[in-house]
Amino acid sequence: MSFKKPINHHPKLETNKLGLTRRDYEGAVSTLCAGCGHDSISAAIIESCFKLNIEAYKVAKLSGIGCSSKAPAYFLEQSHGFNSVHGRMPSVATGANCANRDLMYLGVSGDGDSASIGLGQFVHAIRRQVDMVYFVENNGTYGLTKGQFSATNDLESKNKYGEDNLFKPIDLATMAIQLGATYVARSFSGDRDQLIPLIMGAMQHKGFALLDIISPCVTFNNHDSSTKSYDYIRDHNEAVGKTDFVPLGEEISTSYKEGSSTEISLHDGSKLALEKTDANFDPRDAGKALNFIREKEKEGKVLTGLLYINDLAKDLNETLNVTQTPLSQLQQDVLCPGSKILDEINQSLS
Amino acid sequence: MHEVKSIESIQSTNDFVIKFANVNGSGSASANQMFAKAMFRMGIPVSPKNIFPSNIQGLPTWFEVRVNEKGYLGSRGGVDIAVAMNPQSYFKDVDEILPGGYLLYDSTWKRNFNRKDITVIEIPLTQLCVEAFKNPKQRPLFKNIAYVGALSVLLDIEYEVLEKIISEQFVKKPALIEPNLKALDLGRNYVLENLPYPLGITVSRADKLEDKILISGNEAAGLGAVYGGATFCSWYPITPSTSLAEGYEKYAKKFRIENNTGKNLFASVQAEDELAAIGMAIGANWNGARGFTATSGPGISLMSEFLGLAYFAEIPLVLFNVQRGGPSTGMPTRTQQSDVLACAYASHGDTKHVVLFPSDPKECFDFSAQAFDLADQLQTPIFVVSDLDMGMNDWVCDKFKWDDEYKYNRGKVLNKEDLDEIENFGRYLDIDNDGICYRTYPGTHPEKGAFFTRGTSHDEYARYTEDGEVNAATLSRLMKKFRTASELVPEPVIEINGEDSCGVIFYGSTSPAVHEAKDILKEKEINIDLMQIRSFPFNLDVWEFIANHDRIYVVEQNRDSQMRTLIMAEGGISPEILRPLVHFTGDPIQASYIVNKISEREVNYKSHINAKKR
Repeated sequence: MSFKKPINHHPKLETNKLGLTRRDYEGAVSTLCAGCGHDSISAAIIESCFKLNIEAYKVAKLSGIGCSSKAPAYFLEQSHGFNSVHGRMPSVATGANCANRDLMYLGVSGDGDSASIGLGQFVHAIRRQVDMVYFVENNGTYGLTKGQFSATNDLESKNKYGEDNLFKPIDLATMAIQLGATYVARSFSGDRDQLIPLIMGAMQHKGFALLDIISPCVTFNNHDSSTKSYDYIRDHNEAVGKTDFVPLGEEISTSYKEGSSTEISLHDGSKLALEKTDANFDPRDAGKALNFIREKEKEGKVLTGLLYINDLAKDLNETLNVTQTPLSQLQQDVLCPGSKILDEINQSLS
Repeated sequence: MHEVKSIESIQSTNDFVIKFANVNGSGSASANQMFAKAMFRMGIPVSPKNIFPSNIQGLPTWFEVRVNEKGYLGSRGGVDIAVAMNPQSYFKDVDEILPGGYLLYDSTWKRNFNRKDITVIEIPLTQLCVEAFKNPKQRPLFKNIAYVGALSVLLDIEYEVLEKIISEQFVKKPALIEPNLKALDLGRNYVLENLPYPLGITVSRADKLEDKILISGNEAAGLGAVYGGATFCSWYPITPSTSLAEGYEKYAKKFRIENNTGKNLFASVQAEDELAAIGMAIGANWNGARGFTATSGPGISLMSEFLGLAYFAEIPLVLFNVQRGGPSTGMPTRTQQSDVLACAYASHGDTKHVVLFPSDPKECFDFSAQAFDLADQLQTPIFVVSDLDMGMNDWVCDKFKWDDEYKYNRGKVLNKEDLDEIENFGRYLDIDNDGICYRTYPGTHPEKGAFFTRGTSHDEYARYTEDGEVNAATLSRLMKKFRTASELVPEPVIEINGEDSCGVIFYGSTSPAVHEAKDILKEKEINIDLMQIRSFPFNLDVWEFIANHDRIYVVEQNRDSQMRTLIMAEGGISPEILRPLVHFTGDPIQASYIVNKISEREVNYKSHINAKKR
């Protein structure tokens, strides 16, 4: 069931440039388990949209099936949402994106949805460079069917019943870099400070942006032997640096040390400021980024932060040379060639 | 060098079947099509059929052309003239020639065919081309043109007609006109100098095709989609539907380019599979564009889950199914009508879909354009179901027409101003009591009209619900919508031919064979009333026709008589009234087959009735 939240606002709630409060970006009451990482991600999405002054009705939220795919109901109530079929959100988002390139597309998926049943669609949405933010709320487990392993779970990690996972994981982030995604970040649902700038950066990026967010399942995969638990991620998280989102027209904070920070321009002119912790890491070099992720993996670390970015990407609509006017708004006068041309076609066929 | 004839050669004008036997990938298709086009240009009804293997190069392929001044254009059976260019299939090709028929073969390598009852025409085509053309790559291609040239003398085809077709065909590569004409003359001159001509079979200009065109159903449907306002196409390559998406792209690239920018007023995406193809089309329609996908049987199986979503979440969609031989991978390059039930009831749970059944390329064009209106009006998937025979072969049909006064019907869509007036928007409120609710496109209004599209059970406000009564009400409303659909879809075409006639129900590509059978049966004093079903759900005319007949043959190209099952199930019609008349070899049904089946059973029926009377 979905339950609406009460609409009473506290009169002193902070407003953004649109005069909206954070409450205006909320959705229905979540029906996920208390403490679910997915709810923290929804909160971070709400915060990001609030800060970016996004008009919610110009956002389309799409998802597949699973716990993660329920999440779009819990943020941006004024946005159209589409809870499609299992693993097939990328194709629906692709068609929607071609129909109206003026909206912002948020795809919300999980590890079962993207790394198993929908792996093919995940891959091809990246290959086509669909302009969207693709959230993987990654908990390494099938929550809705009660705790089976998913394809992102680590080898020999145990489930709630103490059974070993027998297969190696699929790493969606490294896969996305290899496939040519132009914005790839990994984060942790429990690290709000890191997550929000990464989401804001992704929202302003043109092209396919992947956010692989480790989001512990409190019910089925948050025990001592899990590698996707709150404790495990807190202990093994290593950030590639501190990322800050700098809106259009603002100076990058001087708190970054000279030489250690990288400035990355986004589609609308706003910037991502990245304070690097390791001189070997460069998020604009896919090869180095992949090596660095693997090195850290060998050390037993989960690398988080902005892993890769290419700010010169060409999205699907540009590749297909589609008109700037949303296709959905084209009227009959430009769509229908009319009877005179049909007569000519008839002539050519006789 | 005719062999001694032991029986009379076939004599006819504008009435024969010629079959070209070639090697796949040898460039024969364009030469054979040139022959068919020449018949058309001389005003003689013609039906070319490409009978090809699921192969790119090397296997035998045939091109059968029926020429019939009376306009009977279904498959006829039997071959009057064989042009045998493939030694691999000589045995079968020669065997099919009717007594008195003719065989033309490449006598560079001589053969004895052991048929005393046919006329063998020997032309050393390879040798002629080797002598005339230097480029070894061109020789086999020009060999094909050369036999068309030879046929032009043998059958008395107007030379100017062929000359014009060649110059049109190579309008963009004018350098090729001269060598093609040379090849044509090579064949012509050989016959003129060495062989008796014309044959007993000849052609003669007729004026039967004034308002007709020659086009394949797929190209027609692709053009219909452009006219119907489709801006989005997503598809996955599959025989025999691929040329439909290609047809759409071809015409869109011509007529859908933005004036100042040169940008496309459409998008076409070749998907990674059929699941993605339909998913994209659903996404585009959800977002307010007219989108479609084109596929064949295996694709329908793969798309089934998404079809249930579009049905239940009420998203418009147009889906073309160009049927081929099933089940499974089946016969990908042969024709059948065996997806009727798979389309009508596609997907799990209680689902029913609107299906249109065009019977020629003209209807492919009309129904394609109309399907986009129906999809928007009914907010549901609309299937346009044709088949390989109609989809991939060029058929003679009426010229396309378009009424410039006609306005697209985008259905019940609320814009910003509408929403301003509305207090309480509910996506699934049946305000007009026709089962069709009001939708909004994403991005319409800052505060109103947003909703959550879902495949889960939902209430009138699109909220998730597990209330069984609410879900049952949704399912019932969808049935109400389906009844509304029966008033909007194309009605059947009914032809009553006398009292006490038996009925014949048919649909799709069996139309030419059924109409020819009707005339033949009439000569045998068996009158049949015809009903061409053009859509599902069935409307009242369908039920009335059935009620007025005590015996009806349902002609279709599948094993299980699927349309009959659909009619029985939907109308509670007794199985005794509806009699299956099925053909499922993958070859198009022939009039003679229908005639035999009906006359045999009608004779039995009449003797049974007479016995009763006694």
